[in-house]
Amino acid sequence: MQVTINVNGEPITRDVEPRKLLVHFIREDAELRGTHWGCDTSNCGACTLWVDGEAVKSCTVLAAQADGHDVRTVEGMETEAGLDPVQQGFIECHGLQCGFCTPGMMMTARWLLDHNPHPSEEEIREAISGQICRCTGYKNIVEAIQWAADHPATSEVNA
Amino acid sequence: MTAVEEVPISAAGNPIGFGNMKRVEDQRFVRGQGNYVDDVNLPGMLHSAILRSPFAHAKINGIDTSAAEALPGVVAVLTGAALEGIPRPSLLGDNFAWMPTLSYDTQAVLATDKVRFQGQEVAFVIATDRYIAKDALELIEVDYEPLEPVMDAKRAMDPDAPVIRDDKGQTDNSITDVHGAKTWESGNAIGTAEAIAAAEADPDCVVVTQEIMYPRVHPSPMETCASVAQMDKVTGQLTLWTTSQAPHAHRTVYAMVAGLPEHKIRVISPDVGGGFGNKVGVYPGYVLSILGSIVTGKPVKWVEDRNENLVSTSFARDYHMTGKIAATKEGKILAVDVDVLADHGAFNGVAQPTNYPAGFFHIFSGSYDYPNAHCKVTPVYTNKAPGGVAYACSFRITEAVYLIERMVDMLAAELEMDPAELRLKNLLRPEQFPYTSPTGWVYDSGQYELTMREAMRIAGYDELRREQAEKRARGEYMGIGISFFTEGVGAGPRKDMDILGLGMADGIELRVHPTGKAVLRLSVQSQGQGHETSYAQIVAHELGIAPEDIEVVHGDTDQTPFGLGTYGSRSTPVSGAAAAVVSRKVKDKARLVAAAALECSPDDLEWELGRWKVKGDPERGKTIQEIALLSHGSLELPEGVEGHLEAMTVYNPPNLTYPYGCYICVVDVDPGTGQVKVRRFIAVDDCGTRINPMIVEGQVHGGLADGIGMALMELIAFDEDGNCLGGSFMDYLLPTAMECPDYELGETVTPSPHHPIGAKGVGESATVGSPPAVVNAVVDAISPFGVRHADMPLTPANVWRAIQGRPVRVDLAVE
Repeated sequence: MQVTINVNGEPITRDVEPRKLLVHFIREDAELRGTHWGCDTSNCGACTLWVDGEAVKSCTVLAAQADGHDVRTVEGMETEAGLDPVQQGFIECHGLQCGFCTPGMMMTARWLLDHNPHPSEEEIREAISGQICRCTGYKNIVEAIQWAADHPATSEVNA
Repeated sequence: MTAVEEVPISAAGNPIGFGNMKRVEDQRFVRGQGNYVDDVNLPGMLHSAILRSPFAHAKINGIDTSAAEALPGVVAVLTGAALEGIPRPSLLGDNFAWMPTLSYDTQAVLATDKVRFQGQEVAFVIATDRYIAKDALELIEVDYEPLEPVMDAKRAMDPDAPVIRDDKGQTDNSITDVHGAKTWESGNAIGTAEAIAAAEADPDCVVVTQEIMYPRVHPSPMETCASVAQMDKVTGQLTLWTTSQAPHAHRTVYAMVAGLPEHKIRVISPDVGGGFGNKVGVYPGYVLSILGSIVTGKPVKWVEDRNENLVSTSFARDYHMTGKIAATKEGKILAVDVDVLADHGAFNGVAQPTNYPAGFFHIFSGSYDYPNAHCKVTPVYTNKAPGGVAYACSFRITEAVYLIERMVDMLAAELEMDPAELRLKNLLRPEQFPYTSPTGWVYDSGQYELTMREAMRIAGYDELRREQAEKRARGEYMGIGISFFTEGVGAGPRKDMDILGLGMADGIELRVHPTGKAVLRLSVQSQGQGHETSYAQIVAHELGIAPEDIEVVHGDTDQTPFGLGTYGSRSTPVSGAAAAVVSRKVKDKARLVAAAALECSPDDLEWELGRWKVKGDPERGKTIQEIALLSHGSLELPEGVEGHLEAMTVYNPPNLTYPYGCYICVVDVDPGTGQVKVRRFIAVDDCGTRINPMIVEGQVHGGLADGIGMALMELIAFDEDGNCLGGSFMDYLLPTAMECPDYELGETVTPSPHHPIGAKGVGESATVGSPPAVVNAVVDAISPFGVRHADMPLTPANVWRAIQGRPVRVDLAVE
């Protein structure tokens, strides 16, 4: 079947099998490999991206379900003005090590801050509790998101 | 606490030397531009999938692949029988169905006669698409004849237990190491037995005995194992992109397995999404992708799914330990004896130095001063996945530290003594270093009491004990757990340590370009440790070149010198030392060039960071950048001095390094549900010199989460039919941000005396040190119920059973 998915503002039309997972569409058809795959059971969240502004785990969404919808991935975070404050926060606070869970974590973090610009530590921990990181023990991820909350303006990031 | 050295700052704002520095590699990772193996896509590349055994133990009477082969899109289906038919002109056998393990055992690439664990590789499908490859698995018919599975190491020892390794002509399930030994001992057997017997007979002494299980767990990096193999039939060149912590060692193994000439093999380990020991071994999947490329003439990609990763790749622990500790009633430890039954699974695939078949478990005597210690380890085959050294264990030091730290806590309970006080009475004193342990390990340096008191200060230990007493009076169950660990890392001295005959020394190469920029080529490989940043800092510290002017190359056997890779916390102790030594070689050569340029004797020069200058005339000198250009230019060089500015070295460590630390965990336990909440976690590590404290602390954070996970949640258990009960993240529970507290870190700094920059390594310290702190805290919390010990994982159910006085074997799904 043919699907057209608007990925980071660019419509991508492909013939896909109806059973094709969105994560595979993004990685193989859209050739955006920043979205990772880590389990099969939507426990790890490495595949987290946005569909129509909501953070979802793309290993449990079919590409067909995203037909005609807007998808945003980690590759869409940086703008001409520079890195998203969440990206900068992860650098500033050593919020990543191997980098594999990082894109999914950042997509959730951006979603959280868009909906709750000043989250408490507990709210941040709850927001990322559907995602697993094996390297950082989460402390610096929490601090990275707090950093981004404290530096909301992109211009401030690049200052 | 730490002497803060003034470090100059570079134009880019980085420390020219040691200190916090933002990581170079983050720039690509935060943009989603990392390059992991599954991101590698080559023209014409085929995909693959592995059919795995549903049985833990079964005879294979036949395999019918015809329907799978007929599926459109399927290119080839390989079975064990097919691999037996491919002649292999190599040192290790005559066909491809079996491969060597890192412990001189053999492992089936694809099963031929029998399957020996659930998840074992049975057939390999190569197809044009990963979905088609998976579809084809459903079409393969395997005629299995189920056999009794051996899922319990104790059952494996029974004379009438089914024999698992009949392929080797075995008549029992014992494991024999390369030296012919069936048990592995260390320490003083007679002295320890006598000391314990004397203590048992002495009314002023106590002896505590406890059976302790360290159950099977799995490292579970977020990226599963994967490979892309490309065999160029014209040139005979094999290129393998693979998730490997040890690309050079893997290349040598492939040369042995496939009989390919080693110079025609290039192993590239690109960005790797976590390792934790999971990516040290060579797995059948890697080998199959190579064979698949040889058979099809096209690149073949293999990516395992999470279930495959959990059920078939290298597990950790599975040690059944019986410990005995003897002490005076005043709390002076006299002796420790340990008997271990070690479950190695179906193939002995443990990755550890050859002469240490129980890894470094023999360091179990711990951080305390007593003369007599002994251990005996008996390994057995079972119908479980092979492996055994993984999950940031520092070659089984995790098991050793858990054993001694539980025993010391039980001794404290027996003596009704505060566990902190008991430890302080027995800790090694600074003047005892270098200290030779009862099992022969030479600890390099330590200020143990200082470190322990720092942890107690941060924790507010006395106040915590007061709070605990008040809560107990109110019927609330709060626990405080301490662990004090000593690790031996940085394997290791070549005279003692090798893997498959490959000595554990590491090469390194440093080139300074004419314009003063440099490239450093490492044998070790990063799975998130930040080598591209911290190794540049080591060179910066030695030569004064800004870190941003130093490119660090790693993870590609064609671009880096030979070495054994990154695991067992060995990068900083071995390769980090190499980086300092090779920088000093360059610095020495730079001195000769500077002297020629300044028309003086090299002896007239002295070094200041980044510059050789004339003694007594500091205005006259040459910077390292000026020297780099001079050494590539037309300057007449002294006799014997070659042009250019570069060096290489192979670092052979004279001893292990011994990082250590004191951890304190505070928990609250709900006795009604058994739920454990980790409220605080204090970790004071002494890893010697800290190259990049930000990275060090990050490593510690990750290890603390590992320890909390293992202590409270993680378990690979099996039912009596041999089914793995931890085959997905639905069942194998990993800690999330909700289970982990906001860690409180501290440090002491006691440099290693034999490491060029005094660094000891820290990668696994927290994974090693934290599980006993958590368990000690939980047992402390529920000790009013008469609980002296409870095995991990301390899930609500297991804690509740312990409180009820009904503990169970956690590793078997039986009541």
